[in-house]
Amino acid sequence: MSYFKPQFRHPQLPTNERGFTRTAYEGLISTLCAGCGHDSISAAIIQACWELSLEPHRIAKVSGIGCSSKSPTYFLNKSHGFNSVHGRMPSVATGAFAGNHDLNYIGVSGDGDSASIGMGQFAHVVRRNLNMLYMVENNGCYGLTKGQDSATADEGSKSRTGQVNPFENIDLVGVALEIGATFVARSFSGDKQQLVPLIKAAIAHKGFALIDVISPCVTFNNHHGSTKSYDYTREHVQSGNIVDFVPSRTEITANYEEGQTHSVQLHDGSMLNLAKTKPEHDPGNLRAAVNALQASREEGEILTGLIYIDTEEPDFKTMMKIGEKPLNSLSQDELCPGGERLEKINASLR
Amino acid sequence: MSVQQKSSSSSKAKPVISSVNEFVIKFANVNGSGSASANTLFAKSIFRSGIPVAPRNIFPSNIQGLPTWYEVRVSEQGYLAKRGGGVDIMVSVNPQSMMEDVQEVLPGGFFVYDDTKPLDIRMLRRDIHYIGLPLTDITNREYEDARLRQLFKNVIYVGALAALLDIKLDVIDKLISEQFAKKEKLIKPNCEALRLGFDAVRESHSCPLAIRVEARDLVGDKIMMTGNSACGLGAVYAGATVAAWYPITPSTSVAEAFEKYASQLRYDKETDTKRYAVIQAEDELAAMGMVIGANWNGARSFTATSGPGVSLMTEFLGLAYFAEVPAVLIDVQRAGPSTGMPTRTQQGDILSSVYASHGDTRHVCLFPADPFDCFKLTVDAFDIAERLQTPVIMLTDLDVGMNDCMSNPLEWDDNYQYDRGKVLSAKELEEIEKFGRYNDVDGDNIPYRTLPGTHPEKGAFFTRGTSRDEFAIYTEKGEAYQRNMERLLAKWYSAPDYLPEPVITRSGKSASGATASHGFIFFGTSRDAVHEAVDILQNNGQVIDMLQLLAVPFHDSVREFINMHDHIYVIEQNRDAQMRTVLMNELDCDPLKLRSVLHYDGSPLSASVVIERVKPLMNIENIQSSN
Ligand SMILES: Cc1ncc(C[n+]2csc(CCOP(=O)(O)OP(=O)(O)O)c2C)c(N)n1
Ligand code: SF4
Ligand SMILES: [Mg+2]
Repeated sequence: MSYFKPQFRHPQLPTNERGFTRTAYEGLISTLCAGCGHDSISAAIIQACWELSLEPHRIAKVSGIGCSSKSPTYFLNKSHGFNSVHGRMPSVATGAFAGNHDLNYIGVSGDGDSASIGMGQFAHVVRRNLNMLYMVENNGCYGLTKGQDSATADEGSKSRTGQVNPFENIDLVGVALEIGATFVARSFSGDKQQLVPLIKAAIAHKGFALIDVISPCVTFNNHHGSTKSYDYTREHVQSGNIVDFVPSRTEITANYEEGQTHSVQLHDGSMLNLAKTKPEHDPGNLRAAVNALQASREEGEILTGLIYIDTEEPDFKTMMKIGEKPLNSLSQDELCPGGERLEKINASLR
Repeated sequence: MSVQQKSSSSSKAKPVISSVNEFVIKFANVNGSGSASANTLFAKSIFRSGIPVAPRNIFPSNIQGLPTWYEVRVSEQGYLAKRGGGVDIMVSVNPQSMMEDVQEVLPGGFFVYDDTKPLDIRMLRRDIHYIGLPLTDITNREYEDARLRQLFKNVIYVGALAALLDIKLDVIDKLISEQFAKKEKLIKPNCEALRLGFDAVRESHSCPLAIRVEARDLVGDKIMMTGNSACGLGAVYAGATVAAWYPITPSTSVAEAFEKYASQLRYDKETDTKRYAVIQAEDELAAMGMVIGANWNGARSFTATSGPGVSLMTEFLGLAYFAEVPAVLIDVQRAGPSTGMPTRTQQGDILSSVYASHGDTRHVCLFPADPFDCFKLTVDAFDIAERLQTPVIMLTDLDVGMNDCMSNPLEWDDNYQYDRGKVLSAKELEEIEKFGRYNDVDGDNIPYRTLPGTHPEKGAFFTRGTSRDEFAIYTEKGEAYQRNMERLLAKWYSAPDYLPEPVITRSGKSASGATASHGFIFFGTSRDAVHEAVDILQNNGQVIDMLQLLAVPFHDSVREFINMHDHIYVIEQNRDAQMRTVLMNELDCDPLKLRSVLHYDGSPLSASVVIERVKPLMNIENIQSSN
């Protein structure tokens, strides 16, 4: 845990297109354990939002309960945040989005929060294709309640006290693919190079974007025998692709080898260029994505990168036919039918 | 003014109930047989004849095949509560329940049945009148298709009743043509079916009966509507934009009504877009989460559920209370606990609503009695929730929610402006030196809110269910936590300023000059039964004052009313005297003074039940319990 933040800032910190320095995207000092994967993810979110030049106050942060869900306090201090109840962030995000679709929604959850108590809400927010970035900070345990196994703990993984987990794990990436998620990615808190462009792409994606980030819990699940430790993850990560996010206004300059690249145009005009490390994995093809995931599982590897993307499916706003003007900004005149109309309704009830 | 009498000229003659416009008729049907619209047609024809009417569905938790009943009280005196104590006419269309149906007819009453087959002799009673109708014969003769036979059978018995009770055919014809305005082809066959029954019964029986209908002009501009429709429409008028819900009887039709009216009133054809969102959630937890999320963003949002749903929502209700996020919850109560009697009425969620959630929580609750109230209080609920930044729970029940209730017409004042509460705009934020979400700058225990996305630099904070200080900064300091809890409590005590006042009816003094020493306290759908009971008791010389609660927490006038009377009777539809508990808890009043009058068998409250229960308490054993 870091006890103080240096107040001194370099006068020539770089600014983004909106003129903001990175500081404008920071949060309060973290109170998580030093070395906790969640803090690296917060840093990646800050970096991604800064690089995207988002207006901080047009972002809304939502979370459930857990160490992971606490972390929105530690980034984007100029954004409103809502630390709701355990496992129920998706519903709060859904209502918030319905009320105002003009904000960028960043949801932060944990593996306990999403794969145990919140499994139901997780499944339903996926199928609604709610426009949000849904970040699972996955450490295979319940950090905040002192390290019990979570539902994402792998079968055979050892707890700190040496007990072996006998149960199958729930892979949220697999679940999300199965129930129709339109943006599915996995990453590792220790791989900022991969995580930052993924976050940017997820925010630009029109619809629901899941990033399952392996985020080791240094205090309760970082020992030998755990399959969610830093060491184990580093050894077993197998990147399916290298992601490069190109904002809409930028000229595309990078050169990729023929047949090894895959480009996806996002709704806001930006491009997602993927350098494939596994040529058979085409993230635009659901079957290929499922196969790649399964293959990596059989090999005992952890597949990361952009696993699947579908830019065609209608998002929640479209399916709900919500008009352009956010519902929370409609005036009484636009909402209330008035007395004359009520008289007609009365007349129809006689 | 009682027009009902049981005349028997000699001891041997069968008694005959004779009455104009004051009777109860009950239809025994099979669930899913299409009887509902014919039954409604009947009730509506009474209403159109200018006579107060109160129809009620009694139905099982089942889709097809089990018995259902439709009980209609016709009351020239305007009594709309369930009358209780047997029926005057039974229209028996369900062989399955015939045995019990025949027993329900009062001596001198009428049993209308299908005499295509002879009646089982076990159904024969000497003290009632049998009116056979060859229903199956007629439908077999007139219709080829089995489905049509079933459907028109219902209209045929309505035609027969028109002859028996002297309801004018043109009134019913008009209702039919209104009902099928968009399917004109159906008007003629329905009117014909009506006449088949009308003519058939006139051939075999002398019409009308001693019980009959005479047109009056007693309903004025009243309307007939279900409470659930009124709630849904109220939410549209209140400017609710996000409705999140999970299906459960008897509340489902609230969300459906909201969607129906919103799709007519808030749909933009040109762009094919809606100025509302109805989200069918995965469960009630999610429904409440969505409501809180939308309200956090400043969109008016509500959910509707019943007891089991309220149980699931309690964790979220605590969050909304503590984090001070507005929310509106409409609880259409049914008989619990657990699945209990899901299609029967009760007022059993008082305690689980007022004190919903763990820790010290108290919620504002509202209690409408009829569709007029349902509409009005739904509109009020959104103002109250935003003004007080807290959940508001409106407790209705199956009786008002799902039955067509005669009610005063809905009212709207075009000059009225929504009270959106204390929400800071970007400009207002600009002028504030330091914003503190939970900082009570006005001294009224209600701090200012900000909505996400308002201002680039100011007003952002973290909404959370964990303790925090006045500036929304996380803290586990006991003093800060306690300061906040004290403010929430003070806010609760000030809530009555924004809540509807109780309705107090003073009886004045009795003939002997005595002031009322008896006070009746009640709420919700108990109102009509209590009013009727009090009429009867006052006619018998009792002096009684009434207080109808519309809201918790209580106004001072409730305490004063209790203090003013020697004996208070708290009348409610549950086993555990839940409102009495709330009165004791909130007003610290002497428990011995509050006597319980309870009814909770799942049927609506009737005046006779009230009287039977209060008699021993009031020492008035000799009073008759009906008019
Ligand atoms: C209804 C409810 N049950 C239990 C808890 C206790 N609890 C708090 S956090 C947590 C687990 C969090 O695990 P995870 O989501 O994986 O977050 P992490 O701390 O590992 O980041 C639990 C069980 C709670 N807050 N609410
Ligand atoms: S307990 Fe684990 S998850 Fe929680 S802050 Fe510490 S390292 Fe992170
Ligand atoms: Mg965890």
